[in-house]
Amino acid sequence: MGRKLDPTKKEKRGPGRKARKQKGAETELAKFLPAGGDENSKRLSSRARKRAAKRRLGSAEAPETNKSPGAKPLPGKLPKGVSAGAVQTPGKKEALSLFNIARGKKRPAPTHSSAEEEEDSEGDGVVNQEDLWGSEDSDAGMIDDYGAGSNSEDEDEDDGEELLPIERAALKQKAQEAVAGDQWSEAETDEEEEEEQVSAESGPREDEESEGGLQINVDEEEPFLLPPAGEVEQDTQAPDLQRVHKRIQDIVGVLRDFGTQREEGRSRSEYLQRLRKDLATYYSYGDFLLGKLMDLFPLSELVEFLEANEVPRPITLRTNTLKTRRRDLAQALINRGVNLDPLGKWSKTGLVVYDSSVPIGATPEYLAGHYMLQGASSMLPVMALAPQEHERILDMCCAPGGKTSYIAQLMKNTGVILANDANAERLKSVVGNLHRLGVTNAIISHYDGRQFPKVVGGFDRVLLDAPCSGTGVISKDPAVKTNKDEKDILRCAHLQKELLLSAIDSVNATSKTGGYLVYCTCSIMVEENEWVVDYALKKRNVRLVPTGLDFGQEGFTRFRERRFHPTLRSTRRFYPHTHNMDGFFIAKFKKFSNSIPQSQTGNSVTSTPTNPDLPNMNGQVIPMSESGSPSTKKAGQAKQRLQKQQHPKKSSFQKQNGISKGTDTELSTVSAVTKAQASSKLQDSSQPPETAAVVREPKEAGKLKQHSPKLQSSRKAAFRKQHAPPKAMDTDLPAAPSLSKTQATPKPEDRDQPFGNTTGAEKVKQQVAEQPFKKAAFQKQNGTPKGPKTPTMSSRSSSQPPPAKRRKSQSRGGRQPALTW
Amino acid sequence: MRPLTEEETRVMFEKIAKYIGENLQLLVDRPDGTYCFRLHNDRVYYVSEKILKLAANISGDKLVSLGTCFGKFTKTHKFRLHITALDYLAPYAKYKVWIKPGAEQSFLYGNHVLKSGLGRITENTSQYQGVVVYSMADVPLHPQGEKDLLNTHCLHGGEIYLHLILTSAYNGSTITYYIRNEMDIQGPGANSPSTSTAGALSRPHTPTPQDSVSVSL
Repeated sequence: MGRKLDPTKKEKRGPGRKARKQKGAETELAKFLPAGGDENSKRLSSRARKRAAKRRLGSAEAPETNKSPGAKPLPGKLPKGVSAGAVQTPGKKEALSLFNIARGKKRPAPTHSSAEEEEDSEGDGVVNQEDLWGSEDSDAGMIDDYGAGSNSEDEDEDDGEELLPIERAALKQKAQEAVAGDQWSEAETDEEEEEEQVSAESGPREDEESEGGLQINVDEEEPFLLPPAGEVEQDTQAPDLQRVHKRIQDIVGVLRDFGTQREEGRSRSEYLQRLRKDLATYYSYGDFLLGKLMDLFPLSELVEFLEANEVPRPITLRTNTLKTRRRDLAQALINRGVNLDPLGKWSKTGLVVYDSSVPIGATPEYLAGHYMLQGASSMLPVMALAPQEHERILDMCCAPGGKTSYIAQLMKNTGVILANDANAERLKSVVGNLHRLGVTNAIISHYDGRQFPKVVGGFDRVLLDAPCSGTGVISKDPAVKTNKDEKDILRCAHLQKELLLSAIDSVNATSKTGGYLVYCTCSIMVEENEWVVDYALKKRNVRLVPTGLDFGQEGFTRFRERRFHPTLRSTRRFYPHTHNMDGFFIAKFKKFSNSIPQSQTGNSVTSTPTNPDLPNMNGQVIPMSESGSPSTKKAGQAKQRLQKQQHPKKSSFQKQNGISKGTDTELSTVSAVTKAQASSKLQDSSQPPETAAVVREPKEAGKLKQHSPKLQSSRKAAFRKQHAPPKAMDTDLPAAPSLSKTQATPKPEDRDQPFGNTTGAEKVKQQVAEQPFKKAAFQKQNGTPKGPKTPTMSSRSSSQPPPAKRRKSQSRGGRQPALTW
Repeated sequence: MRPLTEEETRVMFEKIAKYIGENLQLLVDRPDGTYCFRLHNDRVYYVSEKILKLAANISGDKLVSLGTCFGKFTKTHKFRLHITALDYLAPYAKYKVWIKPGAEQSFLYGNHVLKSGLGRITENTSQYQGVVVYSMADVPLHPQGEKDLLNTHCLHGGEIYLHLILTSAYNGSTITYYIRNEMDIQGPGANSPSTSTAGALSRPHTPTPQDSVSVSL
């Protein structure tokens, strides 16, 4: 019962808790008071002034009542409403006591101390209320509320001791604001300082005003004037970084609201030019890279990005689950004086290190291989790759082995990993790391990645962490800021394309569990990412699939003048300023056919002639699939052919429709293919090129005709040559060859023969490559984004099977070339 | 890459048996597949047959490493275990030494362990016996077990004064080897001076008289 004597708290006896608090408040107040006193006159806002005037006029007795009780300014001695203020004291007491009783307080008396006691609980709340209610004058209900309202400071400042909790809270708040204002102004440049101080002083004054007042204050700022060119030149000699920084902020501010804030007669490009120079000076970037970045980010984001590049990313490490568990590792490291936390929800093995008393790269745990130092972004590609146990995996550019070991750990040391790198020096670290981490299922080789499908192929999954310009890791290597130019980027991009193609070729599309490829770079340049991926989509039978990472920004589908395949949305970009990890790009491909479209059109001479023939076949095929009766096949085809010959040009569009329908409907219904349709299947495989070709036909029809006669024969021959063997393999060889032969001949006039000239051939190549993405190809060839609106597209899209089906059909169609070509 | 010759196999097994005795059998006959030793660049790799098949596609000069490196043959056809074999030797080790946490760090950084740093030792550990060193925390469940290949050197008769020797042959076979001698694990860099890759840790190894004694091997 009662309090026990606690010897440890002995020294706390004497003046009680309240007393100490009071004292604290006193001292606290003392800090602010002088300033407040000095600025007393200044600090009166217009409203306060009005109120003061009213007070003086209306209630002369109010101050007297306040001061007469001696040093006991009762709670609520001065409410906001002046008229109410006079009447207050008794009623207020009552209210307070009532309040206390209602709250079940022990001490019933509405004494000063009780009010004090409630300081903690009430003070903030009341302040908030006050804030919420902004305009106190009108609020009569506030009167009884502890007199909490805005006791005008001028009256109470003299007897600081007796301040009411709410007053103190208000004071505190003001003080904070003032301090904040000061800090703000410190951050600003010298010129601004004066202005800022004024505003800091005026901060308290405007306290009671609505936010609008503050905004007005901002608006009153002098509009930023772009310095004339001469001054700029001066600046470059000895740049004053603070001024430059200020100017950057200003320009960004102006550009954000260009219409109103611009200086007359200055164009946006002038501002941008200036900004670019300033950014280059302030963050010491090369002009080229900065230009690239400005293209990439909106302005506000750009500054954030540049700032983020000045700060190192947090040290992260990945638990080696082959040897330990994360919890155990964390415990062991904490025991060594490392301050760490789990990396994030998305990673079950990552830890982030805040600070450490020991070198984190040389702890016994590290040496025993219990963890690997690895950037957060480096774990993502492996997670996207999602390797399964017992798979064959290729890590094409593996150094220094972080990702490789992560793969091994996800596979639990089963299967085989081929870790390759072109750099022998860097391979040494791979050997060390893999052994240290206890990876036993890895082979480490030293090939140029581009040789790859020749060395070994048929991998279930491939990870390509391509060499890149490193624009995502500027915080690690600031040299990138200046030492990259267009050539470097393009050189990287070229290498990446080569690597990506050989990586794709190394994947085994028919793998039961895999057939996936992850392409990632630590660059954020579009040239090295979306562009490369888009290129691969055109060149190989791959499609993009979601990476399985639920954060990160989508890849670009359009960037300035470039348009990429819409599925690039499923790629992921990571930025230092948004995700606090290195800039990174991740794309995950699924390979759906082992055939290489490129080889079909590899030599234009032989392959081109085949293409014009294909439409014929399609023309025939369509009615077949529509009628569905194999017996009428020939007749139907013949009819169609006749029609076409009669109206060659008119039918071109129809043909497209038909063809496209043919590709989709047929392919999707292939399972129900009858014997006769088997031949059509064969033909389908080669459709995409010709669909593309047909679309282009209207434009080129005129000039094409001249090519037709001489091409005709060669085309026929080539056609036979190329198509005969596969057909021979097919079930119904008697029908097919004859068909194609006969049909190949009559058509040349109305077919497009752009393939005769080289440009046409090239285009075809492209089109062939785009096989899986017919739609895109369509759009591109139409040359207008309006593509879908044309009759072709609409009919086409209507005939498209649902995506899933289509995918199936695509893959089927895609696989066929392997047989047919 | 080629299988070991009869002679090489004998030499290597003798050395391994020093540490794990008859448990060597367990390494060769594994329930989870066929494992074999292959010689590549004078290094002996212990590797699963499945991996071996894939590795066969890679030409000799491009192959850097496969599976786990157990050690290397010297020019005089002696066999030197590498620290990388630790993962396989530690579970089967016959003689073990546990060292106290205080001595752990200094041991890892290449210093000798004195008697005061000795936590436990397997009974009957004789002189010149190959042992595996554990930290005190090496409980089976506990992941933190720094295990090191070392040779004991017991002086003064029965008194166990442990002088854990970092033999010159091993050039410091603690796990700091990974830092100090990264270049040496893999083949081609073997002849290059292999010290000083990691700042503070690259304490130059000072060979003691005992080091050069081939006693340990």
